[in-house]
Amino acid sequence: MSTGLVVLLLIILAGVAPLTRRYLKGMAGWIYAVFPFGGFVYYLSLLPRINAGEVITERFSWIPVYGIDFSFYVDGFGVLFSLIVLGIGTFIMVYAGYYMKPYPMKGRFLGYLALFMASMLGIVVSGNLITMFVFWELTSISSFMLIGYYHEKPEARMAALHALLITGFGGLALIGGFVLLAIPYGTYELSVILTDPAAIQNSNLYVPALLLILVGAFTKSAQFPFHFWLPGAMAAPSPVSAYLHSATMVKAGVFLLARLNPVLGGTDLWMILLTTFGATTMVVGAWLSITQTDLKRILAYTTVSALGTLVLLIGTGTKYAINAAIIFLLVHALYKGTLFMMAGNIEKMTGTRDITKLGGLYKYMPFAAVVMGLALVSMAGIPPLLGFIGKELIYEAKMYAPTARVVLIAASFFTNVVLVFLSFRLFFDVFKGTEPSYEKKPAAPSLALIIGPFFLVLASLVLGVYPTAIATPLTSQAVLSISPFIEAITLKIWHGFNLVLGLSALTVLSGYLMYRHKKKVFIVADKLNIKYFTREFSRTFTTSIDSFLVFAKGQTKNLQHGYHRFYLMTVFVVASVLVWTMIWRADPIILEINFSEMPLNLVAVVVLIIAAALSAVTSHSRVIALVAMGVIGFGIAIIFIAFSGTDLAITMILVETLMIILAMALLLQLPAYKIYSDTGARMRDGLVAVLVGSFMMVMVLQAGTSQLGEPISEFFKEKSYTEAFGRNIVNVILVDFRALDTLGEITVIAIAALGIYSMIKFTKNKQV
Amino acid sequence: MLIAPILLPLLSMVILIFTRRWLVFQQTFSLLATIMLTVISLTLLLDINTNGIITIQMGSWPAPYGITLIGDLLASIMLLTTSFVAIVVMIYSPGFIDRERQTAGYYPLVFGLLMGVNGAFLTGDIFNLYVWYEVMLTSSFVLIALGGSAEQLRGSVKYVTISFVASIFFVSAIGIIYGQTGTLNMADLAYKMRTWDDMPYINSGLMLFFIAFSIKSALFPFFFWLPASYHTPPVAITALFAGTLTKVGIYTMIRFFSLFVVQDVVFWKTFLLVIAGLTMSIGVMMAASQFDIRKILSFHIISQVGYMVMGLAIFTVNSVAAAIYFTVHNMLSKTNTFLAGGLVYQRSGSYDLKYLGGLYKTMPFLAILFFVPAMSLAGIPPLPGFFGKFFLIKGGFEAGQYVITAVAILVGLFTLFSMIKIWNEAYWKKEPDDMPEPGPVSKGTLVATALLAAAVVALGVFAGPVMEVCHAAALQVTSPEVYIEAVLGN
Repeated sequence: MSTGLVVLLLIILAGVAPLTRRYLKGMAGWIYAVFPFGGFVYYLSLLPRINAGEVITERFSWIPVYGIDFSFYVDGFGVLFSLIVLGIGTFIMVYAGYYMKPYPMKGRFLGYLALFMASMLGIVVSGNLITMFVFWELTSISSFMLIGYYHEKPEARMAALHALLITGFGGLALIGGFVLLAIPYGTYELSVILTDPAAIQNSNLYVPALLLILVGAFTKSAQFPFHFWLPGAMAAPSPVSAYLHSATMVKAGVFLLARLNPVLGGTDLWMILLTTFGATTMVVGAWLSITQTDLKRILAYTTVSALGTLVLLIGTGTKYAINAAIIFLLVHALYKGTLFMMAGNIEKMTGTRDITKLGGLYKYMPFAAVVMGLALVSMAGIPPLLGFIGKELIYEAKMYAPTARVVLIAASFFTNVVLVFLSFRLFFDVFKGTEPSYEKKPAAPSLALIIGPFFLVLASLVLGVYPTAIATPLTSQAVLSISPFIEAITLKIWHGFNLVLGLSALTVLSGYLMYRHKKKVFIVADKLNIKYFTREFSRTFTTSIDSFLVFAKGQTKNLQHGYHRFYLMTVFVVASVLVWTMIWRADPIILEINFSEMPLNLVAVVVLIIAAALSAVTSHSRVIALVAMGVIGFGIAIIFIAFSGTDLAITMILVETLMIILAMALLLQLPAYKIYSDTGARMRDGLVAVLVGSFMMVMVLQAGTSQLGEPISEFFKEKSYTEAFGRNIVNVILVDFRALDTLGEITVIAIAALGIYSMIKFTKNKQV
Repeated sequence: MLIAPILLPLLSMVILIFTRRWLVFQQTFSLLATIMLTVISLTLLLDINTNGIITIQMGSWPAPYGITLIGDLLASIMLLTTSFVAIVVMIYSPGFIDRERQTAGYYPLVFGLLMGVNGAFLTGDIFNLYVWYEVMLTSSFVLIALGGSAEQLRGSVKYVTISFVASIFFVSAIGIIYGQTGTLNMADLAYKMRTWDDMPYINSGLMLFFIAFSIKSALFPFFFWLPASYHTPPVAITALFAGTLTKVGIYTMIRFFSLFVVQDVVFWKTFLLVIAGLTMSIGVMMAASQFDIRKILSFHIISQVGYMVMGLAIFTVNSVAAAIYFTVHNMLSKTNTFLAGGLVYQRSGSYDLKYLGGLYKTMPFLAILFFVPAMSLAGIPPLPGFFGKFFLIKGGFEAGQYVITAVAILVGLFTLFSMIKIWNEAYWKKEPDDMPEPGPVSKGTLVATALLAAAVVALGVFAGPVMEVCHAAALQVTSPEVYIEAVLGN
């Protein structure tokens, strides 16, 4: 078994699930869960090797011309992340298999879920930037399908579109960033890039590469101001939120930042950008979560806040910060997955997710309440759950932050207080308190729905109780992977009485007080929201899309207006401007026209042609105009004769004669002559005609002036009789030297004839 | 061998003209002939890939005097892609185009078109190129008007007149360049242009060529004919056009740029980059506001042609290779989206997103057939559109062309938007109440669309080997001496 095989198996599962779901019925989720579970066990078995310092790699040649391989790279960080992806994935499969029962197209749903799982796993174990990008985009697409699952609802379609546009935009920036990043290395292999930060950091590509990659990471991980797609994505079914929007997809951006920390990190710019955006997101997310009433939206905003925390920690980059980031990543995945699944359960059992319409559920589902309660304890950062260790480390990281310590501590404190507040709220307002009248009597969630939350909370508890024995070996190598020069902290639950512990206690106390006075809190928060935070990002985004469409529509009308004459005019005007520019760019125009050498009879013909042209333009009679055109044609034929082009002249006369006769015949069918255009329009048309005519004239004269080479016609003159056995050079050219041209032209005539035939045929049928 | 891709369509056309009424024969023969054409093209490609450029002198008249046919990698890649697209359209057509059109010369006209296209790919002579353009355009004129509905005629008037203007410019440019240089053979002209120190006014002639080709490739601001006409004929015809016509213009532009842009190279590059940027962004903007599937896709053709010009204008081996790969991808993916749009029409009786809906639920297979090429156009990996864009971005950044590359990246987002718009409206939205009665989707159309979708996926998955060939082709394009030497000897 190999690292890439797990990804492949999950992709196969994605293909198989839609076809087999209907035969497996209720068992489908359990059976499909075997795939991620197998992967989980496999990656777990790699842990000893990884902890011994080994990096497991695999490479398949893919686009050899550019040295792009399909390659895998599993180090401590990769293995930790894949355990999260596959571990939670296992339970999600079970959960989704049961949760989706009442809905149509479950097979497709589970297939997309498996596809997502495969691509998410692909991101965290890929060893090549391009391999990673392929999986990165696949998570966007599968998440689009999952968010839009209830696709007949307009808001689900819109949420899916928003998420895809935001992450798609990020993806485009990211590929640009990857290309720039790879230029100094000449390869996309992570194993090369990660070991040599100097190459990019000393290059002037560093800043653009960094900015583009950050756009990619920030959009995916819902950083302010791109955060709004995540709450919108709550339109997805709960299994999706529990998986994509808590533990996995939204963490992809964080993963990327951590993964590239050794090569991009350590600079001032990196630190400033990450801490600023991270801290802002952290606070904004926490703030916005206070007033939410939809369980899933509360969780979504706290997720935004948590993602901000992670970005902030990675940006800080100190020993404590990196350790805290790794632990908090794991902590958050465990409790947030649980909470989202529980939110789904509550909705399923009661028919609502609105916290103001919930209460007193403890007596219906005591076990579920305990599970959710423990997850909330972890979220609040209270011992003995892993969340406590995570929060302690975060505070410690802030204490030792290189700059802006006070601001960061205050921001973290505020965020954590809000988390404690929400923990109280989510437990007591849902399970305790007065019981509203439910539409149907709530029941305890069944095994498939509760097993996932239970095991995730259990993991939180075990890791929290045995930090040194279990949590440390799981995470220490991950710390080294993303920051090779710092040491991993041995995790402990008891740090002695110190400032951090005091801060923790103060946090819990403040959070509790906040919950006690929640009514006042809501009033204040609402006031502030109305006064200062009125901007609804998702609506702004919608309106900007709409106004772009209006703009596009207007511009399209301006360009593709439907008036044929203006299309032609544009073509002619632009063409003349371009050609005139080229003439003007060349050396001064020298027009060698030697009138004295021109025979008098030809001058007469030319004068005649010009006069005829003028009368064709000005005449008010179609017949006169046609006759004048005929004069032009015959005049040109005479010029051909004068230069001994007899064949050409004959052809010209035939064509002209035929044209005039046909046109005359058509004249009979036309309505009476009338002038539709005003003088201004005619002047304008005249100007365009002069522009085009003049550049043609200048170019033809120039061609005659600057002869560069001997014309090939000399060869024709020479060989026509001696080798091609024809006295008439024109004929020989047509049927021998350039016979292929003639073949083509004959074909053109055949095709035209066929066209006329079919036109007549259709007209006939219509008349009948 | 090199003449076969021209002669086979000619013979097929002649045979088909005289057997118009035997419908089944027409259908079977056309399919077999396109398969044969593909086999020939593939053989040529393999041959050229191992043995290098092939040339023949028609009538055995030596190089600058007679007409040269020349097949290099670029030409053979284009031949192969075109003939494959033709196979697909031949499978698709019987179940889609009405019997009346099929017996009124549809099949011979398709072969007329193919003859012209293939001739344009293979010729090494400027005037001969013009002739193939005429063959191709005349066929397309008839095809676009075939059936003679009022809408078709309105569209084809615009198409035909603007195309004629292009032809006038084209043939004038030939006359002027010939008058000045005395040669029509492309290799000879390219060679001589590299020997003359000073070539006054040659650039104005080249500009005239450029205008002609950019009208045919539908570049900004010469694209009007395309959105005005492409949505009018049956979609099988549009699909064929989308896969071949504008790409011939691009192909010729690559050829001319490689061979004849000797003087003032920086100007030409900058000029083309500006045109490319405008073409891709304006095309995609116009597509976003449309509601007819065929119109969205038609405007997108314009935008995507901009990408190809971008790769050409940067003119490094990597960027040209990217442009070639992108062109191949676009010929397949774009044709595929049109064909998928046709399936929607067969099923629901409309192309208008306002009257469509619910296809994701009722026709999952059809949904996949649209989703694959649409996501390919939007540049989602591992589909070829992604690689096309990625190679272009790579080529652009490596060459230090940051502005155009940034534009290309942004345009990708709007492409995604348009594709999702079709998806959300036609597939995801609830079926509107006043939707016309659902019709049956014929087997042939499904098979053809699926075949092409499979090819699209394969082009992405096997991007490695395909890119290898494109890269080798780009090496030939960027070193024109190889081409010149193949025709003229040392």
